[in-house]
Amino acid sequence: MLTILFDGIAYGMLLFILAVGLAVTMGLMNFINLAHGAFAMAGGYITVLLMQRLDVPFLWCLPLAFAGAGLLGAVLERTLYRPLYHKPHLDQVLFSIGLAFMAVAATDYFMGSTQQIIQLPEFLRGRTELGTGDWTLGMGHYRLFIIAVCAALTVGLQYVLARTRFGSRLRASVDDQRVAAGLGINVNVVFLSTFAFGSGLAGLGGALGAEVLGLDPTFPLKFIIYFLVVVAVGGTSSITGPLLAALMLGIADVAGKYYIPKLGAFIVYSLMILILIWRPQGLFVRNGGKA
Amino acid sequence: MTSASPAQRSLLAARRWRAWEPLLWLAAFAAPLLLPSHALIVNEIAIVALFAVSLDLVLGYTGIVSLGHAAFFGMGAYSAALFAKYVMPDPLVGLAVGIAAATVLGALFSVTIQRGSDLTRLMVTLGAALILLELANKLDWLTGGADGLQGVIMGPLLGRFEFGLSGRTAAWYSLTVLLVLFFLARRLVESPLGATFKAIRDNRLRAMAIGIPVGSRLAVSYTLAAGLAGAAGALLAQTTGFASLDLFEFHRSADVMLMLVVGGTGWLYGGVAGAVVFKLMQDALSAMTPQYWTFWLGLFLVVLVLVGRDRLIRPWTWFGKGRRP
Repeated sequence: MLTILFDGIAYGMLLFILAVGLAVTMGLMNFINLAHGAFAMAGGYITVLLMQRLDVPFLWCLPLAFAGAGLLGAVLERTLYRPLYHKPHLDQVLFSIGLAFMAVAATDYFMGSTQQIIQLPEFLRGRTELGTGDWTLGMGHYRLFIIAVCAALTVGLQYVLARTRFGSRLRASVDDQRVAAGLGINVNVVFLSTFAFGSGLAGLGGALGAEVLGLDPTFPLKFIIYFLVVVAVGGTSSITGPLLAALMLGIADVAGKYYIPKLGAFIVYSLMILILIWRPQGLFVRNGGKA
Repeated sequence: MTSASPAQRSLLAARRWRAWEPLLWLAAFAAPLLLPSHALIVNEIAIVALFAVSLDLVLGYTGIVSLGHAAFFGMGAYSAALFAKYVMPDPLVGLAVGIAAATVLGALFSVTIQRGSDLTRLMVTLGAALILLELANKLDWLTGGADGLQGVIMGPLLGRFEFGLSGRTAAWYSLTVLLVLFFLARRLVESPLGATFKAIRDNRLRAMAIGIPVGSRLAVSYTLAAGLAGAAGALLAQTTGFASLDLFEFHRSADVMLMLVVGGTGWLYGGVAGAVVFKLMQDALSAMTPQYWTFWLGLFLVVLVLVGRDRLIRPWTWFGKGRRP
């Protein structure tokens, strides 16, 4: 049972890293970006390519995946996304679905539709068991690694958001863009760097998650639903909301699949709908912001 | 009531038949005769046009962004197919059953779309479609699971016309249903009830302030649209004799939204026009690049949005300052 909890936490952490960029862009620019999964996929494929073609060690691939996806995000933000910030949500949805479709088909064309496999380094492959009987805790080393990386990132993000100058600028822009711009904050630069950073995180998540979630060209469409659940349930005004939502989703999904495999993803979706009927703005909403 | 005021006249003018409309429908009905080899695609176009009209009620007239409209399409298809398989093979009764099932489902889910922002609605509609997909997948004793529901044999239409291989009967059947439901939908959107939908779309707060019960109107619109989508699904299941999980898939909801946007929202013919363009485009593109046609679809969407939806269908605004019509 503890093992399931552990796996669920690892899964949830991974989802959080994948979705936090989406949460910030959605809160910041009020932009519904359904192509977010494409950045995650980019990170995953960067890792696969580097490892298979150039024999780069896995740990080196992670920062490269981050940088690659972040760069891609920056370029796309500057060229394509920016004109759409003030368009209606319908336009944004259509545009980002279009991008996601293009990413899926292009990846299929260049990489083939088969699932990609990542060779983990030796020290991440084992598994440690603690305790006995019902309370056995089996920890896969790779999952432990995921949790450690994601926890470090979360703490780092929280620090940046809460303590640094950039964080306060970002929060100011999220709360009210126009007033923030009036106070001399260069909102465009804040947007650009946040978007790039969020995409980079997604790329990193995609690289980390390639082994756990599986990586094939339909990744953006398959997992965007999970990211959106995280964002919709967690709310977009803080990062603790999405974090808790991601953990809940991860645990519920793993436990649901383990205990009642017949129902599968059914539980997650029903839970989401119930939560959204109950609290339409998300579970964890901070008061005072311009929602 | 001989002298109507100008305001009354302008309101009434919107619901009058235009001269080109009967011609259009005549052409549509003649198409299976003139192009016998294309009867199947005429049938498909009629079905997706009905589906797009249904989404137009929700999206174009009431302003609910829905990414899960395939839920009702699939519901209609599965219930019509199951009814034909286990109860009776008559198509018209099956159609009624499909519509009824989807309407009930729409009424159930209409609770979920009354609150929250666009994002919330996007999520709950998407979630609804996913739940149904999971259900259809897991209830394999009833629906056949991932293999799809096979062995559906339809009886002849009105007891006389068999659904042949040529698809001509199917095309006329779908076109007739489309015609009837289209004009019912048109009655609806031009009625006072339809006017309140549009008021809600344009400004929710003001609509509430002038005493329109926003929540229940949203529910009514969503439920009626669900019924229309169910009819489209039932038609598809009946004319193909098959229902599969694919009916609930996300790409179906996305496709229909694209069709509607291509043709123009908030205009019932928009759905029809979009369906024609989309299906023909899909046919042509997937003949050229069977595997990668979604790339061109995506590119088209991106360009469409960047250029501007309302400008793409009005080429005369491409140059110059683009005076708004």
